[in-house]
Amino acid sequence: MTDSTVPADRWAEPDMTTGDETVTRAEVCVVACAEVFRGSGEIMASAFGTIPAIGVRLARHTFAPDLLLSDGEALLMRGTWPVGTPAEGDIEGWAPFRAVFDLVWHGKRHVMMIPSQLDVHGNMNISAIGDYHRPKVQLLGARGGPGNTVCHPTSYWIPKHSPRSLVSKVDMVSGVGHDRAAAAGPAARRYHQLHRVVTNLGVLDFAADGRLRLVSVHPGVTVPQVRAETGFPLDLAGATENTVATTRLPTAAELRLIREELDPAGLREHEVPS
Amino acid sequence: MVDKRMTGADVISRLRSGMTIGIGGWGSRRKPMSLVREILRSDLRDLTIVSYGGPDVGLLCAAGKVRKLVFGFVSLDSIALDPHFRATRQAGAIDVVELDEGMLQWGLYAAGLNLPFLPTRAGLGSDVLTHTPELRTVIDPYDGDELVAMPALPLDAAVVHMNRADEHGNAQFLGPDPYFDDLFCMAAEQAFVSCERIVPTAEFTEVAHPATLRISRMMVTGVVEAPGGARFTSCVPDYERDEELQREYAAAAADDEAWQAFAGRYLREALA
Repeated sequence: MTDSTVPADRWAEPDMTTGDETVTRAEVCVVACAEVFRGSGEIMASAFGTIPAIGVRLARHTFAPDLLLSDGEALLMRGTWPVGTPAEGDIEGWAPFRAVFDLVWHGKRHVMMIPSQLDVHGNMNISAIGDYHRPKVQLLGARGGPGNTVCHPTSYWIPKHSPRSLVSKVDMVSGVGHDRAAAAGPAARRYHQLHRVVTNLGVLDFAADGRLRLVSVHPGVTVPQVRAETGFPLDLAGATENTVATTRLPTAAELRLIREELDPAGLREHEVPS
Repeated sequence: MVDKRMTGADVISRLRSGMTIGIGGWGSRRKPMSLVREILRSDLRDLTIVSYGGPDVGLLCAAGKVRKLVFGFVSLDSIALDPHFRATRQAGAIDVVELDEGMLQWGLYAAGLNLPFLPTRAGLGSDVLTHTPELRTVIDPYDGDELVAMPALPLDAAVVHMNRADEHGNAQFLGPDPYFDDLFCMAAEQAFVSCERIVPTAEFTEVAHPATLRISRMMVTGVVEAPGGARFTSCVPDYERDEELQREYAAAAADDEAWQAFAGRYLREALA
């Protein structure tokens, strides 16, 4: 559902833009991923993928300083270090997998996972494509998807928005959407909180009926383009195709952080090529 | 006190086809690869494997040793997906019980505590329950909510690889994460610990805090000294993952000829 503490127009803040013509799509995506964690407070943020990893570090370095981040292994680290390099900073905690599992069920965590398929209700699949007993494509397996989605806030990152990733029906529910949580009863609904979906084309969240809707398109992307790349009818949250907000650009300070400190090697451009 | 030192062959002699075997480590991290290789060389077959899966699962699948896999994921970490496991699944060649990774922990823990099940929210609403209809729910007797009753996952045997052990079976991790190796041992009828080095008991706490003594000899059947026994997976601080060898392993999924060449060499060489 929509987080009522974050106004929908958060995504259009022309007064914060840089006017920098060189801003890339990947850099817009970094900031959109960072915004997912605005207002999260003192929780563990776990981000899969290069751009979410840059985004979460950007968020902590700027507007969400209380976030806790892992070094990618078993330590909670303070500090700001580039993606693709060993963590540098002060160790503030020990978080081996079993401690993370405890934290998942406790609830003070917000994860950003990368679904291979996501449907309009927010069901996601990272398990297998095709017939479950003899999949066309075997993927990772459910990992923590079932538990994450019914225990704490969950967001998604889709680096290639297409009818193959945003689908009418996922082949296996390895992360629970609103319809499935509702059907499973109060224990599944109590802590179920799907927050936001960031793609290479725009930002989506969930309407009161639990369905995905388009919140903003990234600069240079049109709404018809997003609709054409989405495998289900996409609601515009009360806007028209011409009035959907544009995702905000990085500020000059954010751009400097991204380019000089968080990703000097430019790994973000491999995940979302310009 | 009992001297539990044994060889890899001794471990195999205590295993039977059709057994349920739990494998410690996580992904491509601190996997008991020397014992996995012993299984590959053996006549054992129709195994049910329980694992936070990495190349242990891929190798056993590729060699046709697996009847059923109980897992939360299979990944090589630096290579996201294991091509051997994928090929086996895509051929429909094994049965699977796919679980949320926390459910897997809960199943091992329940077995270790001699409980029939442990309740959890994880799995509710997901197809993990759809595809394994044996997984049942339970009504909270206090609030009436319906929760998943994660059944105990008792193991006939567990194989894990630790940094250090003594000859009695006490075992120590020196890396950042114990993973779930102690739970695998507690859940098992027989638990076999391979290690980089067998040391005098007194040496454990000369180098690290007693909390690193994660596995007690009470839970251990046999200890195998196997330097390099986790290769090509990581076993920090003793060694990092051998990324080049892992890439060769992944590339060997291309065709049968490539697999035969890799398997022959990997099973033959000591790789220590």
